[in-house]
Amino acid sequence: MSDDGSDPSNDDGSDSPSNDGQRFDRLPETAADRAVPGRPTREEVLAWWEDRFGIDRSVLEPYTFLEKGAGKVWIYRGEATDPCRIEALGMAFLRTRQEHWKPTTRAVSRFGRHATRNVVELDPAEAARFVAGEDQPIDRWDGDWGYLIAAHELSGDREPIGVGLYLHGELRSRVPKGSRTDVGRLDGEE
Amino acid sequence: MNPLERYLPLVDDEDAFLAACDRPLPSVVRTNPIAAAPERVRRAFDEEGIDYEPVDWHDGLFRLPAGSPGTNWPYVHGWIHGQEEVSTLPGLALDAQPGERVLDTCAAPGSKTTQIAADMDDRGTLVANDNNLGRLSALRHNAERLGVTNVAVTNQDARNLSLRPFPFDAFDRALVDVPCSCEGTCRKNPDVLDEWTLDHVHAIAGVSKGILTRAIQTTRPGGVVVFSTCTFAPEENEAVLQHVLESEPCELTTFDLPLRTEPGITEWDGETFNDAMKRAHRIYPHHNDTGGFFCAKLRVTAAQQDGSGTDGVTAR
Ligand SMILES: C[S@@+](CC[C@H](N)C(=O)[O-])C[C@H]1O[C@@H](n2cnc3c(N)ncnc32)[C@H](O)[C@@H]1O
Repeated sequence: MSDDGSDPSNDDGSDSPSNDGQRFDRLPETAADRAVPGRPTREEVLAWWEDRFGIDRSVLEPYTFLEKGAGKVWIYRGEATDPCRIEALGMAFLRTRQEHWKPTTRAVSRFGRHATRNVVELDPAEAARFVAGEDQPIDRWDGDWGYLIAAHELSGDREPIGVGLYLHGELRSRVPKGSRTDVGRLDGEE
Repeated sequence: MNPLERYLPLVDDEDAFLAACDRPLPSVVRTNPIAAAPERVRRAFDEEGIDYEPVDWHDGLFRLPAGSPGTNWPYVHGWIHGQEEVSTLPGLALDAQPGERVLDTCAAPGSKTTQIAADMDDRGTLVANDNNLGRLSALRHNAERLGVTNVAVTNQDARNLSLRPFPFDAFDRALVDVPCSCEGTCRKNPDVLDEWTLDHVHAIAGVSKGILTRAIQTTRPGGVVVFSTCTFAPEENEAVLQHVLESEPCELTTFDLPLRTEPGITEWDGETFNDAMKRAHRIYPHHNDTGGFFCAKLRVTAAQQDGSGTDGVTAR
């Protein structure tokens, strides 16, 4: 599910004519293997996670990457024909074919614990605001701008919450609407 | 008529059975080991001041006395998933292993799918199928929330399931958690008792026979098929198993479940069933303070001889 679909920064406007939104196509290994123009390669995906978040290639090595719909990259660990026309293979993972690639919330929550950079740690009040979808000033951050992993500490360890966009001293929550939560309350129904 | 009354001859203590069916069910969560071990979840509950009680027969289950699991950090992080205790039993019986090829014929909204994925250590291929697209979207939401990456989601009628999207022609294991008349969920949803009709029981048993048959046909010889329902109706349980024992190459196998169960029955309404039916498990609400349930385990004994009904099984 493209749970990040509500995010306006996702819209890159155009659909490549040679990309089919109804089916999953495996990413080519490298640029030399690329048949569909503009399609990201497996090599680029692995390099991006390593450059941006310091996630070692060995973490993502066992997985298959697929494109369904222009720029929407999925991650899957299992067997399937290529191409494959079914409802879902694994999970939506990364938004490409735009200037700044953007990981999905689910990708960050699944793999963010392996990140070694561009992770902003939030205190309890900041974490609660972030998961409720609120933007907030974070003056102490002196790392990169752009998409960061927002994390907090929970039962003794750092745990990723989701994707934030950091610009001009402000951390904008990119938690999709359907996943925003008020963690203060205990009696709410989902 | 209260349909529960037709099952009184099957239970040891009629009053206790009816009384238990009348009590609401505690809310239970299962920890998701893909994201966090039970110990870490317990610590997070403690830190957050969330009350919980462990479930003695499963270290990954917690009863939450009040409040929904929807609004706390462990839930937000996909460390827990709301799931009834008895609903975890088919996954235990299936015992899926990392790297295997596993089918979940009626998977939505994915409580058992995500449990099986965790048992597989999120490795191998888990095909989660359902014929209801709306319910499949709930399954996809749950699978993503819990961080499952080895699930392939298909939208087919499980009675004619095709393996064409996959580069293999048989599964190692299959879970067949069929639609049913659901009296076993009356503690959560008492309406099921008002909506109950015998015609519906017979109609839905027919669908189940078709789904279980196809699951056996798409499982390799030696492979395991687990059949489960949340109904007490023998028409939807033992009679469905009797049908496949007579028509497909399979046998019922003995297996243990970690709570009190009663054997499947061999006689109902003038019909007799194979003696092996005793290897199946019936779970009554008053024995463990749970919902009602039925679970059986089959082994596929030989390949289909005549090739009937195997269209689409081989990916060419
Ligand atoms: C008991 S529920 C499954 C619950 C699920 N296994 C879980 O643990 O979350 C039965 C499911 O069977 C589906 N179903 C009914 N008829 C079907 C058919 N012919 N083929 C595939 N799925 C079917 C229904 O849409 C429903 O989601």
